[in-house]
Amino acid sequence: MAPGLEFEKPINELKAKIKELNQFMDEKGIDLTDELNHLKKRLDEVEKDTYSHMTPWDRVQIARHMERPTTLDYISFLFTDFIECHGDRLYGDDAAMVGGIARYRGLPVTIIGEQRGRDTKENLKRNFGMPQPEGYRKALRLMKQAEKFNRPIVTFIDTKGAFPGKTAEERGQGEAIARNLLEMAGLKVPIVCIVIGEGASGGALAIGVGDQILMLENSWYSVISPESAAALLWKDASQAERAAQTMKITAPDLKEFGIVDKVIPEVLGGAHHDPKTQANIIDEYLKDALSSLIQLNGDELVHRRLEKYRAIGDYSLVKGNILSEK
Amino acid sequence: MLKDFFIKKKKYATVPSTKSKIGVPEGIMKKCPSCKKIMYAKELQKYLYVCQSCGYHYPVSAFERIEMLLDPESFIPFDQDLVSKNPLDFPNYLEKLEKDKEKSGLNEAVVTGKGKIEGYETALAIMDSNFRMGSMGSVVGEKITRAIEYAMDHRLPIIIFSASGGARMQEGILSLMQMAKTSAVLKQFSLAGGLFISYMTHPTTGGVTASFASLGDYNFAEPGALIGFAGRRIIEQTIREELPDDFQKAEFLLEHGQLDKVIPRSKMKETLATVLSIHTKGGDEQWHRD
Ligand SMILES: [Zn+2]
Repeated sequence: MAPGLEFEKPINELKAKIKELNQFMDEKGIDLTDELNHLKKRLDEVEKDTYSHMTPWDRVQIARHMERPTTLDYISFLFTDFIECHGDRLYGDDAAMVGGIARYRGLPVTIIGEQRGRDTKENLKRNFGMPQPEGYRKALRLMKQAEKFNRPIVTFIDTKGAFPGKTAEERGQGEAIARNLLEMAGLKVPIVCIVIGEGASGGALAIGVGDQILMLENSWYSVISPESAAALLWKDASQAERAAQTMKITAPDLKEFGIVDKVIPEVLGGAHHDPKTQANIIDEYLKDALSSLIQLNGDELVHRRLEKYRAIGDYSLVKGNILSEK
Repeated sequence: MLKDFFIKKKKYATVPSTKSKIGVPEGIMKKCPSCKKIMYAKELQKYLYVCQSCGYHYPVSAFERIEMLLDPESFIPFDQDLVSKNPLDFPNYLEKLEKDKEKSGLNEAVVTGKGKIEGYETALAIMDSNFRMGSMGSVVGEKITRAIEYAMDHRLPIIIFSASGGARMQEGILSLMQMAKTSAVLKQFSLAGGLFISYMTHPTTGGVTASFASLGDYNFAEPGALIGFAGRRIIEQTIREELPDDFQKAEFLLEHGQLDKVIPRSKMKETLATVLSIHTKGGDEQWHRD
């Protein structure tokens, strides 16, 4: 069983009690079935109640759960014949970004995704899922290749952000991200982007310009991480919980802003409770998205993509000289 | 004089308030923040706000940039009536916007329009860090996008002067998406053969560096300008290492292959005019290709 989160405490306490009772019954041979059923019913209620009243911060905790399925996990569930391709042909290979070719229900596709580690050792190798410029340039190389061979692109977004490091700056982190935004806007193949965990700022957007943006129910996507927002707003990173609320970073929020096309529901308590079932749910949404996009030709795709991003923004017009009215 | 001009050209144009001369030293004397040398404000203005002792480039407002760069009376502003809303219901955001409007004489953190540089017509977007630290929200993204579209429709080049702390936090995900929006329209502009000169001034950071500012056909910068994606303090905390003094300075970027040229302000106008002229036809008939 996945380790519980703070807000899941009542659930885990009940689970522990049930386990205890079961053991007690086995050991002493006393029939406590009534008590047990009562507790199970109670657990059901508490679970439903807890998971239907999650705060943005609760969701952030789920999105960061060590056992939450990663890009490579979903690749293994959703695709066949996956061949990982390495390197940007310019500098190196970034393990925080994975990519390659595969089949999706028989259809050849290119897959790109940010990859964090599932334990400390892998996290060190994968730089905690924070790509360097070479990661973004590898992604771009593979996306251009996808365009050449007319393959749809599926991206998985899961990052705490582009790596804030000296080497990243020296090699043009800003340019690498910017280049991807520009080029993705012009790719003549379908692009489906799925936010599966954390989606922090430009580091997430750099593989996130697409025709359909899908987002798992408990993932977050924001211009800035809750911690950094709190540090800037209240000079106090421990106010991250408050920032998570203020910044409107959850999947339902982004759906409301029209940034995300569809919110993909998660299994009760979050994807880590049942990765395989979760992959099946994603599968349905991905199938829907790709089967409609595949009907459009390259020019139509680019045109629609441009229109979609062109329309984003919230502003109004002032009439006259507002400054001189003061 | 610029003020009169604004009224003349566009009826709805916002008049920059007399207080808009941020960057221009207040009072008569100004002490250089870099070498501490004291200069007369008038003299400083004559030298385009560059310290004559150490070469420090004072940040300048968008209006000052227009005055020092464009041919007199040639600037026509666009979209001055676009103003920000508060899509996140972010606490105190509208109040902060109002304050900055008063302080800067601007409706938002970028001034867009068209004008002439030594006779060469060009579209322009000039960011101003006196307004919300030059951060990019919906209005900045929209104005820059419209300026690029104008350039595309009228077959003009565009020059974007960046001065920005990055994407604007108070507009959340909508700010982030302005990076995608401006970059997407630049892709179309590039495909149409448009010339885009990115001119980075102090500071150009975060989401602006990670979108249009890095995407010029030519990427220029002012001496000493801070240019980078991640903040210095965050990098130091992450790698637990002290960074060199010149880290993320324009000269550092030039050395690492990220810029075409670092241009002192005294050469700004003539360099831009030369680049613009090279992108027009010229020379003898025999060199014309189409
Ligand atoms: Zn000086």
